[in-house]
Amino acid sequence: MSALRAIMRKEVADHFSSYRFLILFSLIAMVSVLMVYMAGLKIAQDLEGEVKQTFIFLMLFTSSGIGFPLVQFVAFFGPLVGLILGFDSINREWNEGTLSKLLAQPIHRDAVINGKFLAGALVIAVTLLAIVAAITGLGLATLGVVPGMEELYRIFCYLAISLIYISFWLGVAILFSILFRSITTSALASLASWIFFSFLVPLAASAAVGAAPPLSGESNTAYLLRITQLERTMSLISPMRLYMECTAVIVDPLRKTTAALVAVGRDEEISLARFAGPLSLDQSLLMILPQVVFLVAILVLCFAVSYVVFLRREIRSL
Amino acid sequence: MPPAVETRELTKRYGAQVAVDRLDLRVEEGEIFGFLGPNGAGKTTTLLMLLGLTEPTAGQARVLGLDPARRPIQVKAQVGYLQENMGFYRDLNALQMLDYIAELNGIPRRPALERAEAALEAVGLAAEAQKKIGAYSRGMRQRLGLAEILLKAPRIAFLDEPTIGLDPDGTIRLLEVIEQLARQKGMTIVLCSHLLEQVQRISTRIGIMIGGRLVAQGTMGELRTARFGLGGSEYTLEEIYLKYFREAGP
Repeated sequence: MSALRAIMRKEVADHFSSYRFLILFSLIAMVSVLMVYMAGLKIAQDLEGEVKQTFIFLMLFTSSGIGFPLVQFVAFFGPLVGLILGFDSINREWNEGTLSKLLAQPIHRDAVINGKFLAGALVIAVTLLAIVAAITGLGLATLGVVPGMEELYRIFCYLAISLIYISFWLGVAILFSILFRSITTSALASLASWIFFSFLVPLAASAAVGAAPPLSGESNTAYLLRITQLERTMSLISPMRLYMECTAVIVDPLRKTTAALVAVGRDEEISLARFAGPLSLDQSLLMILPQVVFLVAILVLCFAVSYVVFLRREIRSL
Repeated sequence: MPPAVETRELTKRYGAQVAVDRLDLRVEEGEIFGFLGPNGAGKTTTLLMLLGLTEPTAGQARVLGLDPARRPIQVKAQVGYLQENMGFYRDLNALQMLDYIAELNGIPRRPALERAEAALEAVGLAAEAQKKIGAYSRGMRQRLGLAEILLKAPRIAFLDEPTIGLDPDGTIRLLEVIEQLARQKGMTIVLCSHLLEQVQRISTRIGIMIGGRLVAQGTMGELRTARFGLGGSEYTLEEIYLKYFREAGP
């Protein structure tokens, strides 16, 4: 236990003092604060003269001021944080000969992976918290709203899911750093798998269903529904899709489904909201439970593979 | 009391290649055991098996009466290992490095700091304690490696080529520290080295390993008698070693 803490402490210190992390953190903080600020200005404009809605604070996460909303930004580029924190975690020590020194101390081998993973997860959590704290301040400045209790709970859930999602990519990067001795190879492999699962799989899914012909006697609506369903199922291999479905429901209490068949603009949404009651948090959570379970499952799977490979590796090659 | 190290028919195969072949080794506590052999003879593999870092293919090992394959943590808590080509965290300074080692070994913080300073003093690195290891010379790193052993204060130390890359003066100083550890603190030392003259001088017993097999084991006197008969008292370790080496060679 003390060995795990020792490794974690050292890794966290390494991360926070590395230029790599500082550059990444300042970039992400700048972009997200700017995005939320623009979103805030736009919401303030849209809501001018209207009755104030509930859950306005959460709109900061889901509305797009410029480009796309914050939840999407995190879905796209959050994995990069995980990958960058993890892609050289094991093979750097392996190459520099510090791994066998570490393992010659009275520690279990898995303490090395656990310590590095937990340290990375802690850094991710701190990063996310810092950004959300900044957003809360911005919400106050641009909209004059403070988050209510329900909104705070939802943000907490959003943070937890984001942590799982980004930690999954951290786990992937650590796995590659165990599999490949070369740091460049593991960096490229991490990036390639991120691009493949996040961007190519959804694209390929829509291309594949586009080629599917309608069944004979099937109505247009039925066909459309069927291929949309098919596409959605196929793209669920993509962790990014899973994450986006989860967070869309969590930060938007008005959403009643994880599927986005119809795109609704902000104005329509606001006017619709007058008639539709928001979901309670436990109902929202219930809806995304399968996705969350799946995210946790792939994280655990990734970890299991790391363990097996790392624990069985001959030390002579370390 | 069990011997510091005892192996019985210890064997390690990597595929078809036999790295260590039915090794019967015995090192008593408090000894300086000179462990000799050409490169690739299986010395390092033997040490790794004794530390529980590699599983033996067959045979048994006991370190302080413990089986390293079954109880690696207890073994590693009492054994210090100075590896060949050891690595360091380049961005840490010597004190931070020792602090990390102490924490991994569960040594409480305050005594750890005192011991770290004493260890750096003993290896002559006290003046460079705040310097990053990345800026250290090879010899300084080697001495820092020994400081890690001093800090850990194990009952047994496996030193794999500790003097490699050191200047003659540094070599002599390092060997002095090693000798003191055994004589004053009763630490058992297993010393792998190619410096036969120095090994002959400080070792109490010597083992010669060639091609995965332990071809000789004993005190200098025993080795001379075994190899050259009773009249061999003037032979040096180098001559004995080369004789074994030529016999084993093709």
